[in-house]
Amino acid sequence: MPEKFDVIVVGAGPAGTSCAYSCAKSGLKVLLIERGEYPGSKNVMGGVLYRKQMEEIIPEFWKEAPLERPVVEQRFWMMDKESVVQFGYKGLEWAVEPYNNFTVLRAQFDQWFAQKAVEAGALLINETVVTECIVENGKVVGVRTDRPDGEAFADVVVLADGVNSLLSKQLGFHREFRPDEVALTVMEVINLPKEKINDRFNLEGNHGTTIEIFGDSTQGNLGTAFLYTNKDSLNIGVGTTLSSMIKAKLKPYELLDYLKKHPMVRPYIEGGESAEYLAHLIPEGGYHSVPRVAGNGVLVVGDAAQLVNAIHREGSNMAMASGKMAAEAIFEAKKEGNFSESSLNRYKEALYGSFIIKDLEKYKDAAHTFEKYPQYFKDYVPMMNQAMSKFFTVDGTPKREKQKEIMRSVTAEKGTFKVMQDIYRAWKAVK
Amino acid sequence: MSTTNIEEKQFLLRFKCDTKSHLTVLDHDVCMTQCPDKLCTVFCPAEVYKWEGKRMQVGYEGCHECGSCRIGCPYQNIKWEYPKGGHGIVFRLA
Repeated sequence: MPEKFDVIVVGAGPAGTSCAYSCAKSGLKVLLIERGEYPGSKNVMGGVLYRKQMEEIIPEFWKEAPLERPVVEQRFWMMDKESVVQFGYKGLEWAVEPYNNFTVLRAQFDQWFAQKAVEAGALLINETVVTECIVENGKVVGVRTDRPDGEAFADVVVLADGVNSLLSKQLGFHREFRPDEVALTVMEVINLPKEKINDRFNLEGNHGTTIEIFGDSTQGNLGTAFLYTNKDSLNIGVGTTLSSMIKAKLKPYELLDYLKKHPMVRPYIEGGESAEYLAHLIPEGGYHSVPRVAGNGVLVVGDAAQLVNAIHREGSNMAMASGKMAAEAIFEAKKEGNFSESSLNRYKEALYGSFIIKDLEKYKDAAHTFEKYPQYFKDYVPMMNQAMSKFFTVDGTPKREKQKEIMRSVTAEKGTFKVMQDIYRAWKAVK
Repeated sequence: MSTTNIEEKQFLLRFKCDTKSHLTVLDHDVCMTQCPDKLCTVFCPAEVYKWEGKRMQVGYEGCHECGSCRIGCPYQNIKWEYPKGGHGIVFRLA
């Protein structure tokens, strides 16, 4: 007789582990299933972990979690071939408790987090693929795995199986994703001594910097690159929508090597030693791509529910918050002894009432707009660079004349009306 | 030194290979006759797919399990599963 649990969670990433941890904490019997050798062994992230949502699960986690650096500075680069327009913010209020966000290495962080769920009472089983949900009378009652006699049963199955979520697709919660709904991102971890990192990024002690890079970092395609500081390594990566990659016939690793060799980037990573290369998809379809998230005996959380705000590089925090919301809905359902969709829809209501879906809704047209009108990345970033170059090059031209010249060059290329239209369209997509 | 090509990048990784491929090209004729661009050979981040004149060679051993080929194949011609539990790529860092 296979064992029966209150909850089976599929996938020990931030969403699944949050859910398993929260369920176990409230006394439920939890099975957490991970397909990798250990939690984190299949997981990839650029590297920013936000404090707020993690803290709501484990208060003061920064005192014991394996973190790299608290981020005290966030820079944004609009990069052209041999130049960059930069802006950013550095604030030392982010260098002290409660912090704003941290860089992390996921293989280490996820192991630690899953261990916390185990300490809270969850049973973690690694090296196990869930091949399908067991459905009886229209209700998910358990999972089938690739282990011999590998069936397990529960009142609720939580699908935290990541961006590809084959399981929620199997249940008919969503169709196959289109190439414009996912971003293919590749990155490298490059080892560099701490002193070098602190010198190059103008940092003190364990303080960290993140740089988001637009424009030539993706050769004008819809996407971004990033350069983040760890303790004694850097994470450098680049991604575009899979559809852009296909359209431009880009090889992702060649794009990464292009970025690494870029004259604006090269000095930061010079002399570093590559330690790991990683590729992963990011669900970036946004609001319109969120699948059905609740059914009879089943909930979908994290990347599997497409909960990513690409514009603000938020994902793992949404994953954690959604995992916790799912746990709360399960706890209420357990009190009633009712695990039907209508009961579990408490999770959907919480999700849609929270910052997660509100933020996805705010940017619901952004990806589509920027994909359809590539001029923002392709034309305006170089234009911005040229304008700055012109304005700050002292050549005896009066500044008022320079301003006029810059405006003329922008409108001459596109026409005043086109420019106004572009500005309006971009504003509408993110307002 | 930091890597300069895909071979060096893949060399950094640890894989626990299964003996059986988790990626299957459903119909090699489709690649041959309908797909002049062979897009999977371009966008696959691990260069798993290599066109060998007549057949698509699938080097599943180096797969990152990202899912791009399943979503990006214009003919839905790739059956994509997870490697057996505990197998496939093993990330140690990020």
